[in-house]
Parts: sequence; structure tokens; C-alpha cells
Amino acid sequence: MSRYASGFKAWLIQRISAVYLAFVSLYGFYYFLFFTPLSYESWTQWVLTTPIMLGILLLLAFLLVHAWVGIRDILIDYISHTGMRLILMSLVGMLIIASGLWGFQILLLAKLSQQA
Amino acid sequence: MIKKSERPVFLNLFQIRLPIVGIMSIAHRAAGILLFISIPFWLYVLELSLSSVEDFDRAASLIKSLWLLPFYIILLWALIHHLLAGIRYLLLDIDIGIEKPAFRYTAQSVLYATPILVLILLGVML
Repeated sequence: MSRYASGFKAWLIQRISAVYLAFVSLYGFYYFLFFTPLSYESWTQWVLTTPIMLGILLLLAFLLVHAWVGIRDILIDYISHTGMRLILMSLVGMLIIASGLWGFQILLLAKLSQQA
Repeated sequence: MIKKSERPVFLNLFQIRLPIVGIMSIAHRAAGILLFISIPFWLYVLELSLSSVEDFDRAASLIKSLWLLPFYIILLWALIHHLLAGIRYLLLDIDIGIEKPAFRYTAQSVLYATPILVLILLGVML
């Protein structure tokens, strides 16, 4: 794969995830302002319905991919020391993968304990 | 002898004087970093809120606590700035607002609209 293709791919992924994240943010503002969850029951029931839970998982995936492309661009632009850039990229990468696994675990455990 | 151009080019932020579009752009990056750093905090709140009734109440009092207000104001600014500037970029991608005076006005609008929206949202939420 050429450098151009990988750059274009990242650019495209950034835009596609941005559109989803923009709509979810607007929906999030709307939900938390007008339907503020006030009890544990109503909150978990809402979060763990299949469409909402899938929407949150998709949000998590798109958010982390979006963050990766963005932070990678920033590190490439400003961190001139190759070793330092590599260390920071690895740290960010680990943080992103850990966040994804943690978020997945949170929702999975909540779903399982709801069904138990 | 022609000097070969040195690539890649690394930018030194302290030597660059930015026009307003640049200020909006760098703020979009800074906001993105702030939002990224806050992800573990929000995952923690999510985990707490879904764990049990008591933990839900703890999560609720945590996000309502006043000592975190400065942190929320910054994150709210970051989210709204990143969202508005991001929508501007997406519109630029499809050639909307790409003409010479327009792209400056939209950048200014993003910079000025964000604090106003933050204040309105804070007013509604508090």
C-alpha cells in the first residue's frame, strides 16, 4: 500500500467517524438535557437496550479510532525527536486499546448482571 | 547545487504567529487532546453508574460536585469547539465556505459562538 493510500484512508476514517460522533454528541446533549436519568433503574434500562448499547459501543470504537488518527497527526507534526514520538505514540496506543477493552467490559458486565 | 528540501517538516509552535483561522485550528487540536485525556474519567463514571444503586448515586453526586465545575467548563468548551470546528471542516471538505472572506468569518464564528453556547448550556444545567 502506498503512503498516499494510507494517508487517504486515515483522512477518510477521520471524516466518517466525525459524522457519527457529531450526531451522537447532539443526541447526547438532547438526551441528558431533556431526559436526565434520575434513577439507577431507568438509566441501566436505557443504556442496556440493544440499540442504545450498540450505539454506545459504536461510539466507543469510532471515538477511539478518531482520537488515534488525530493524536497521531499531532505527534507527527510537533514531536521532532523520533524516539520520543515513538514512545508517545505507543503510550497513546496503549491508552486507546485499554480504554476500548475497559468500555467493552463495563457494558458486557452490566448486561450480564442485568440478565442474571 | 540545489539544496534538497528537508522532509518531514516539524513545526515549532513558538515561532509561528497565527491568523484567526490558525487560532481556531490549533484550538481544535488542543480541544481534541483535552477530550482524549478525559476518556478514562468518563469510562469510570459509566462503570460506577452501571454497577449498583449506591454507585449510581455516587456517580451522580460526582458529576454534580462543584469542585469539578472548572473541569466541566473546560471540557464543555473543548467538546463544543471541537464539534463546531469539526462541522466547519466537514463543510470545507465539500467546498462549502471555502471562498476567501467566508472561511475567515466561519472561523471567527466558531471561536465566538463556543463560549456563548457553553454559558447557555451551563445556565440550563445548573
